[in-house]
Amino acid sequence: MIFEQLIDIFLLAFLAVISIAIVRIRNVLTAVMLFGIYSLVSASLFMLLDAADVAFTEAAVGAGISTILMLATLSLVGRDNEKPLVKKKISFLPLIIVLVTGATLVYGIVDLPPFGAADNPAQTHVAPRYIFQSMSEIDVPNLVTAVLASYRGFDTLGEVVVIFTAGIGVLLLIGGRRREEENTDE
Amino acid sequence: MNDHMILRVVGKFLIPYIMLFALYVQFHGDFGPGGGFQAGVIFASAFVIHTLLFGVRATQKIAPEWILRIVASGGVLLYAGVGVASLLLGANYLDYNVLGAYPVAGQHLGIILVEFGVGLTVTAVIMLMFFAFAARGEPEGDAS
Repeated sequence: MIFEQLIDIFLLAFLAVISIAIVRIRNVLTAVMLFGIYSLVSASLFMLLDAADVAFTEAAVGAGISTILMLATLSLVGRDNEKPLVKKKISFLPLIIVLVTGATLVYGIVDLPPFGAADNPAQTHVAPRYIFQSMSEIDVPNLVTAVLASYRGFDTLGEVVVIFTAGIGVLLLIGGRRREEENTDE
Repeated sequence: MNDHMILRVVGKFLIPYIMLFALYVQFHGDFGPGGGFQAGVIFASAFVIHTLLFGVRATQKIAPEWILRIVASGGVLLYAGVGVASLLLGANYLDYNVLGAYPVAGQHLGIILVEFGVGLTVTAVIMLMFFAFAARGEPEGDAS
């Protein structure tokens, strides 16, 4: 238990370090790589929370395909557009807004139910039905698949349509053949 | 990437295993972690490796864009079609109970079909997106 908490703290600290590095880095290629590492560390965190399916998706989509698509974009637009850091006048208003919002959120944590407790509202509504009846209703050992594909089948249909629409959008924007006769010289 | 002998050999060796693993993730999703979304991404990544090794034109010969477009829409149609089938059999939309001889068998069949539709769409859409980006960077008519 203590060991697991140590890993949690280590990974969360790692996430914070990577985020600060992404904000401060001036090279786009390095930032893309750091985003990939960020996704991988997030996947490890999900795994520690026993969310194997989410971790799987995060590792495959977040760390894998997203990084590849970003690299492909960089190879199109050029990666050596490293801009020198411009010294700007420090303005205090954004800092104050961020600090006040953060303090409000931290204050809100006090009222939250204890993390992972069995009698939390999130655990008492539909979760018992999924856990106790899905084996007799659906008979699929992986509860996540039962919820995703059957109980929440309509939501998942929406997700697939979203992915399909995203594909259509990308194809409309940059897909298809360029007319070779008209601009052969690029 | 003609001069990278080691990468070519190792990449070629890995591609079939990646595809096999994707199929395992797809059809074992009922029992372990996985499902259509993850399997689609993994299956598409096998083609991404092929593109990195042999160039986008060579990969597009294996997986032409018009086929991918049909597969992408076919996956959504399969998913929605399962819903229509259950409507026609007298149940609610996407209620799989009526698809089989008894409710649990119907649920199994419905989930397999629906996950397969998800896998088809995700694979095809990711490959289409990747090809759209990769083909733009490559000069016209380069058949490396």
